[in-house]
Amino acid sequence: MNSILFSNTVRFVLLILFQVFICNQMNFFGNINPYIYILFILLYPVKNNRVSFIFFSFCLGLIIDIFLDSGGAHAAASVSIAYFRPIFLKFSFGSAYEYQAIKFNDSEILQRIIYFALLILIHHLILFILVVFDGTKTNMIVSRALSSGVFTLFLTLILQTLFSQKEK
Amino acid sequence: MQQLLNFFFKNRTTVLFLILFLVAFTITTQSHDYHKSKLLNSSNQISGSIHGVFSSIGNYFNLKQENTLLLEENNWLKSQVFNSIIKIIDTLEFEKKFKLTPTLVNKNSYQYLENYITLDIGENDGVKEDFGVITSKGIVGIIDQTSSKYARVLSILNTKSKINAKIKQSNHFGTLGWDGINHNIVQLNDIQDLAEIAIGDTIVTSGFSYTFPENIPIGTVESYKLNDTKDLYVVNVRLFNDMTNLRHVHVINNLDIDELQTLNPANE
Repeated sequence: MNSILFSNTVRFVLLILFQVFICNQMNFFGNINPYIYILFILLYPVKNNRVSFIFFSFCLGLIIDIFLDSGGAHAAASVSIAYFRPIFLKFSFGSAYEYQAIKFNDSEILQRIIYFALLILIHHLILFILVVFDGTKTNMIVSRALSSGVFTLFLTLILQTLFSQKEK
Repeated sequence: MQQLLNFFFKNRTTVLFLILFLVAFTITTQSHDYHKSKLLNSSNQISGSIHGVFSSIGNYFNLKQENTLLLEENNWLKSQVFNSIIKIIDTLEFEKKFKLTPTLVNKNSYQYLENYITLDIGENDGVKEDFGVITSKGIVGIIDQTSSKYARVLSILNTKSKINAKIKQSNHFGTLGWDGINHNIVQLNDIQDLAEIAIGDTIVTSGFSYTFPENIPIGTVESYKLNDTKDLYVVNVRLFNDMTNLRHVHVINNLDIDELQTLNPANE
């Protein structure tokens, strides 16, 4: 139990630093940046206290907001995917979720991609709606959400594979 | 009452989610309003100092470029001194009205619609809101938040930014804004349709606001067209500054600002 708490705390801090000082300096094609800090929300233990999980997600988003001067956009997007996460877990992992026996590390790759992609898409759409905050710029919202969403998905999958410990 | 409490307790995750989402949403809408986000921004002590540490590491990578830039500026200033004596007196005059302070950029962004720059200078160095920020090549923005050690600049690459500017040749003036599309091109709005504009004309600050002195370069005319009501020009201006690569900037302090403001309080 303690090791889970420890690894999540370390992940929380490292992801914030990695996001602010590396990912936000990438600027592919001028404005495409990955938002890999949501890996914390994606990989949070399935067996959890939902109230504290939602609260941690909010804090994570708010810290990112303070560094990036984006008001509360990241906080709103993070807290939404934290709240809606169970629906997507059930959708992509099916019965494994019912038994609360999901291991992200040794789940099927396709299930993992679907789960990551759906949550990233929702997160990025909410994020860019709040960042752009202009009803007449729908094209910009969708194109930015999709382009950095693909980038985020790619990086989260790589990072998750790199740092997962294989239990044999 | 008991039932109400039970209801809240049963749905506590939903209630918490709604409250937190509402809080985040309120902060977002306030941050889109000019001058309201006092607490949560990158000029505060903690995030400001962390940005400072990382940018001081990044400093070393740009030394060569910075040297060339300084050499160019020195060269320009020296050529001014050697070529005309009257200009020297003008610069002295300039020194009296405006005080310039050099500083470093800690954090810069250009990929959003509302971009801010954090500077390594603050109230302790006499920096206040509404001071202008320039580089040797052109304008950067206006300071909108300060803490004791750091200051946040509303970049010209911010859809909320509004700066007075004019066409250098004809003195027709307008407001400089940004449409959020290209980080090299900003828009000069509200130019009279009588104005003669040519592609390649230089755009400079107008000196009407107290923030910037007159004739600080901004950019050149890239293209222009009439606006929707067909009576004013919208001019696309290509910036002299590379806003993606800022290190050394100058903060401008107008020493007469109090006097000017008592004279004309409505003008900003």
